[in-house]
Amino acid sequence: MFSNKILSLLGLLCLWIVSTSNVLAVIEIEITQGGESAIPIAIVPFGWKGNGSPPEDIAAIVGADLQRSGNFSPFNRDDLIGKPVSGDKPRYGNWRIAGAEFLLIGAVTNSGKNYGVEFQLFDISQQKLLTGFKFQVTDQTLRNAAHQIADEVFEEVLGIRGSFNTQIAFVSVEGTGRKKSYKLQLADADGQNPQAMLTSPRPILSPSWAPDGIRIAYVSFEDRNQSAIYVQDRQQGSRKKVISKAGINGAPSWSPDGERLAVTLSFEGNPDIYILNVDNGQTRRITQSPAIDTEAVWVDDQTLIFTSDRSGGPQLYEVSSSGGRATRITFEGNYNASATVSDDGQSIAFVHGNDVGYSIGALDRASGFFQTLTDGSLDESPSFSPNGQMIIYATEKGGRDTLGAVSLDGSVAQSLSLDTGGVREPAWSPFTN
Amino acid sequence: MNKAASITCTIMFSLLLAACGSNPKRTIDGTAAGGGATVNPVTIDGVDDGSQLDPDSVAGRAPKERVIFFDFNKSEIRPVYLDIITQHGRYLAQNPSGRVRLEGHTDERGTREYNIALGESRAKSIARMLQLQGVSSAQMRSVSYGEELPVDEGHNEPAWSKNRRVNIIYEVEVQN
Repeated sequence: MFSNKILSLLGLLCLWIVSTSNVLAVIEIEITQGGESAIPIAIVPFGWKGNGSPPEDIAAIVGADLQRSGNFSPFNRDDLIGKPVSGDKPRYGNWRIAGAEFLLIGAVTNSGKNYGVEFQLFDISQQKLLTGFKFQVTDQTLRNAAHQIADEVFEEVLGIRGSFNTQIAFVSVEGTGRKKSYKLQLADADGQNPQAMLTSPRPILSPSWAPDGIRIAYVSFEDRNQSAIYVQDRQQGSRKKVISKAGINGAPSWSPDGERLAVTLSFEGNPDIYILNVDNGQTRRITQSPAIDTEAVWVDDQTLIFTSDRSGGPQLYEVSSSGGRATRITFEGNYNASATVSDDGQSIAFVHGNDVGYSIGALDRASGFFQTLTDGSLDESPSFSPNGQMIIYATEKGGRDTLGAVSLDGSVAQSLSLDTGGVREPAWSPFTN
Repeated sequence: MNKAASITCTIMFSLLLAACGSNPKRTIDGTAAGGGATVNPVTIDGVDDGSQLDPDSVAGRAPKERVIFFDFNKSEIRPVYLDIITQHGRYLAQNPSGRVRLEGHTDERGTREYNIALGESRAKSIARMLQLQGVSSAQMRSVSYGEELPVDEGHNEPAWSKNRRVNIIYEVEVQN
């Protein structure tokens, strides 16, 4: 269950980034709650051969990634008992006494724009080298290489694929009243390198990643008081209006094959779920209830989960992607909506409302086990990490819209905020390589 | 340096350093998420959103009260607003060239897309009433912004109660 153990300001990272609009924006990640069984790992600052100082602190990036997962507890640098950067035989006995279960060492060699990076991961109790590689990157890809090292450590130790070298999409809003600027932004999963892919004076909502990690569907109100769903290629900057019927055009969600979108349309009366073929624009109606049906997401090619208030308040239902009878799947609380499905299809997370407020809840589909993961009062827009370990969501903190992330078991939590305005509607990217 | 250069040439990607027989779980090559591409940004400006039509403008002869408020999570019209809606209905029925946009809004509680649907449901409640007064469907259109355009950005009931509304906006108002 939810633990109230708060590790105050553990691992506060304040990072300055120049955004595409050349406005200095700060993204701040704060770990608000640490995992209770985090694995101690010693990460030694990487060795450096080159002029000046290294452009990135690889060890710090890897350490921050692993710490944010809640599964690892990296040593403070002051507590490191030695600073080896190479060699096959670390002093296992000393590291064990210091409390390390794993040791990561490495070095960076600079020649021109290229950087040679090597690292080795040791299991201290087994006294063996687990993995070690040497590879070439450029100054542009050094940070991504650090995330990939963190992914490698994560998978080697836990047997679960890491999702550190991924991205999040989110909507930011600056300004007040009628003078607002909405941006659809992409950032690395650690909040770094935010870049606006769309800037608009009118609301943008519901970003959804295609399985290719390149196309993103979203809802835009840029047309004269009419919503439309667009698909934008983040690399080309090209975008296509895929549907704009009378009434609602909302809640796009990509099918696993990347060819269709589940969408909410109301042109035939009231909001129902449809499947839209992105290439030819053809739609097929999936639900026909006189109630509100919206927020469909794909469990797999055959199954959708959506929100409906056909029984009174909003609850989650499951339906075949070819239509037919829908089955209610949530029963606790008077408001369950906006589902996100883990990659293995086993877990769903959603907005859970009760008399206290709106938090993020999770349901194990096989057992029906339900638990509340967050204690916010206005939490919404949950989105699973591609490895199913974390859920990022929108929350309100100190009167400001920020993002939070929580592990699927509720044991670790963190918050992410942008100093120039509110952030909302996070969507975690799929694995892309 | 020669040795380093020769290593650079022979090992491009993911070369096994240790002779422990393992392979990297994934290719490690510094490839960024999303295929290593930067973002190509799109900027929309000069949007014709009809905002010259100030929703608070009451210049013409149509009824001046143009905001209808709703109870939480409800789209039923409160009895107190029946008179106001009736006045709009009478005006529009008598002036067939008049056009209104019914803009549905909600408070911030609940999910964004459900609120889009709830806002539409509120707008349609009013459209139905107007239709009963003889207003033609060609004179009305509805749009829902859900919780996206609050008039009060506070996180409390006084703010929420102002945001749960339908704005009756005259796109064409008969002037004489």
